[in-house]
Amino acid sequence: MIITQPSASPLEQASVAPLLTVSGLTKHFTVRSGLLGTAAKVRAVDGVSFDVRPGETVGLVGESGCGKTTTGRMLVGLLDPTAGKITYQGQDVTHRRSKKVRQDVQIIFQDPYSSLNPRHTVGKIISMPLLVNGVNPPGGVKKRVQELLELVGLNPEHYNRFPHEFSGGQRQRIGIARALALRPKLIIADEPVSALDVSIQAQVINLLRDLQREMGLAFVFIAHDLSIVRHFCQRIGVMYLGKLVEIGSREQIYGQPAHPYTKALLSAVPDASRIGQSAGRIRLEGDVPTPLNPPSGCRFRTRCWKAQDVCAVQEPPLTLKNNGAFAACHFPEEGVLIPQAA
Amino acid sequence: MTTQSTTAQPYLVVEDLKVRFTTEDGVVRAVDGVSFELPRGRTLGIVGESGSGKSVTSMAVMGLHARGKRTEIAGKILVNGKNIVTMTDEETRKMRGNDMAMVFQDPLSALHPFYTIGRQITTAYKVHHPRASKEDARKRAIEMLDRVGIPEPHRRVDQYPHEFSGGMRQRAMIAMALVNNPALLIADEPTTALDVTVQAQILDLLTDLQKEFNSAIIMITHDLGVISQIADEVLVMYAGRVAEHGSIEQVMRSAQHPYAWGLLESIPSLHGDPEEDLKPIKGNPPSLINVPSGCAFHPRCPYRMMNPGPCDLEVPQLLAISQPGHSVACHLPEDRRVAIYTNEVSEVGVAQ
Ligand SMILES: Nc1ncnc2c1ncn2[C@@H]1O[C@H](COP(=O)(O)OP(=O)(O)OP(=O)(O)O)[C@@H](O)[C@H]1O
Ligand SMILES: Nc1ncnc2c1ncn2[C@@H]1O[C@H](COP(=O)(O)OP(=O)(O)O)[C@@H](O)[C@H]1O
Ligand code: SF4
Ligand code: SF4
Ligand SMILES: [Mg+2]
Ligand SMILES: [Mg+2]
Repeated sequence: MIITQPSASPLEQASVAPLLTVSGLTKHFTVRSGLLGTAAKVRAVDGVSFDVRPGETVGLVGESGCGKTTTGRMLVGLLDPTAGKITYQGQDVTHRRSKKVRQDVQIIFQDPYSSLNPRHTVGKIISMPLLVNGVNPPGGVKKRVQELLELVGLNPEHYNRFPHEFSGGQRQRIGIARALALRPKLIIADEPVSALDVSIQAQVINLLRDLQREMGLAFVFIAHDLSIVRHFCQRIGVMYLGKLVEIGSREQIYGQPAHPYTKALLSAVPDASRIGQSAGRIRLEGDVPTPLNPPSGCRFRTRCWKAQDVCAVQEPPLTLKNNGAFAACHFPEEGVLIPQAA
Repeated sequence: MTTQSTTAQPYLVVEDLKVRFTTEDGVVRAVDGVSFELPRGRTLGIVGESGSGKSVTSMAVMGLHARGKRTEIAGKILVNGKNIVTMTDEETRKMRGNDMAMVFQDPLSALHPFYTIGRQITTAYKVHHPRASKEDARKRAIEMLDRVGIPEPHRRVDQYPHEFSGGMRQRAMIAMALVNNPALLIADEPTTALDVTVQAQILDLLTDLQKEFNSAIIMITHDLGVISQIADEVLVMYAGRVAEHGSIEQVMRSAQHPYAWGLLESIPSLHGDPEEDLKPIKGNPPSLINVPSGCAFHPRCPYRMMNPGPCDLEVPQLLAISQPGHSVACHLPEDRRVAIYTNEVSEVGVAQ
């Protein structure tokens, strides 16, 4: 793990130069709403800043609609940010990226069914990124694809088969092989195992972990299963309504979260190693407000049990808290939530 | 009425249930000899991978499979002493609502898009309270929405399903399922599509309502965390059969079936060493058209005994073991299973 002394800003936590730096990243979608069809702004992602170091696994968690996928799509260049800056290896890639950067940053999608073209063979699907980018690997494209199939635990002989001939877990492996074709340095994985059965999830997670260790790959791993995120990610960012509300090491986030939302979210996870009602659970009332009209000040204040007047007027900045993580809250939490193994 | 059955028999008794579908690809043995009992006031969790027959079992209990050329149902399902399997559609319809009710995985498929939430709840109420006035039924709908934690129920009652968020729709469906205080509630993956925060609200709600009405609950899920939290006992299904059945402590703390071990080992815990690798179950769940011979789990089982048999030759029967209330369908001798659990399984995944 590349975690050193906490420093003044979440953007420069380590001596190692970050691979990817995101600052003030923002995406607003314009939608028509109401009977008159007036234009309104969905603040899907609003000023998110963090960095990813080489070989590091960063998790992004938060409730449905909080902006995880939107963030991920901006990181790979599938969506153009409204504001903010994305830097890859010191180079500004916010709106345009070179071929090299496009090859270096890849994505794995949630749905292993719809993300593969049913009319293409596995060989064609995996070689597509090579062909599109005009890459001619030593030994030829077919040899490279067969190596990739082997790498993700599929039979290289299955080169000519179609996606429907594979199970969900195998299809996700095909998606992973495709993402690896150009030897990327960073993979954005958006819910890569959510559509899979429990026993298959573990197979795919182990594969991703092996690849991460062997190839020194960095990951931004988006998921709503918080025990899988803890298992896979060294650092975790928690999002709420388009904002990054806390970011820290897995021990900090799971063991001693500083942001009330992080605490509420984690305390709601049913813990399979505990029988009966989870102790110390925080019941969050109500639903997440709409990103069309987020609350003023701290966006979590409408559901926060600690909210005071200042929370409605002053947006709390991300600052270093006692747990060693960075959190955006005027009245942070203290103490242990889930005891963590050393 | 939802009075307790006068005999000592549990409220729900399922005996050797078999459900088969004839399809173009062959016969799907979706449920193949499932038996269990459930008294009022208790919660049974059913776990298993997708396609293991959980939903087909619950639909059968609800009398929702249209029997016919393509669908064959055998065995017994006694709800309050009455056999669902031999009933007509009309008879099961009369039982749904207050003898038994169901919450489905996808609320949009169960809520009608053209009618207000309130109208759908009052309609469900009036099936069992035909003499209730319009005002009474509406009052009851608002009361139920309030109970399931819908804010401003007076206003929300007149809204349509699309005006509700995912979590609110799920709660509205629970309100509809509970409007007649059912003695048996089946919840089929009611929280799978929801965020953990909303899931927690719904699990609390089910627990509270059970206390109040002494209902029997069947909770179907693939999430062992959810099961640990609310179930009293657990049924582990694999390929349409019961692999293991016991109290929550027995299954989560001293599981005896290799498939149950596989599930426990493949789920990361919130406490353990995160750097430790997970232990996945190898291979894939089988197709129920081509169930493997003998023990259906044998192609994936690291402990199988073969050449010569019995794991690929004989279907293991679900047998009681020395702990009362705990039964397992596996050819391994009990002492061997206890030893494997203690030495290999109890240190990995969520079993620790
Ligand atoms: N193309 C779009 N047009 C309008 N609004 C959008 C668009 N894409 C996303 N949004 C909105 O932006 C917000 C963030 O969406 P996003 O898909 O990033 O959420 P998410 O965190 O990935 O959620 P989930 O956990 O459900 O996948 C949501 O309110 C969503 O409805
Ligand atoms: N109406 C049907 N016709 C044919 N096959 C069906 C039907 N309903 C369910 N099945 C099959 O029965 C098996 C068990 O399904 P189900 O009970 O839905 O599984 P789960 O455990 O995921 O709830 C699956 O193989 C499914 O495809
Ligand atoms: S800033 Fe205020 S409202 Fe926001 S999380 Fe902290 S205490 Fe709650
Ligand atoms: S019966 Fe045999 S194959 Fe089946 S679970 Fe037991 S040991 Fe494994
Ligand atoms: Mg998403
Ligand atoms: Mg199902």
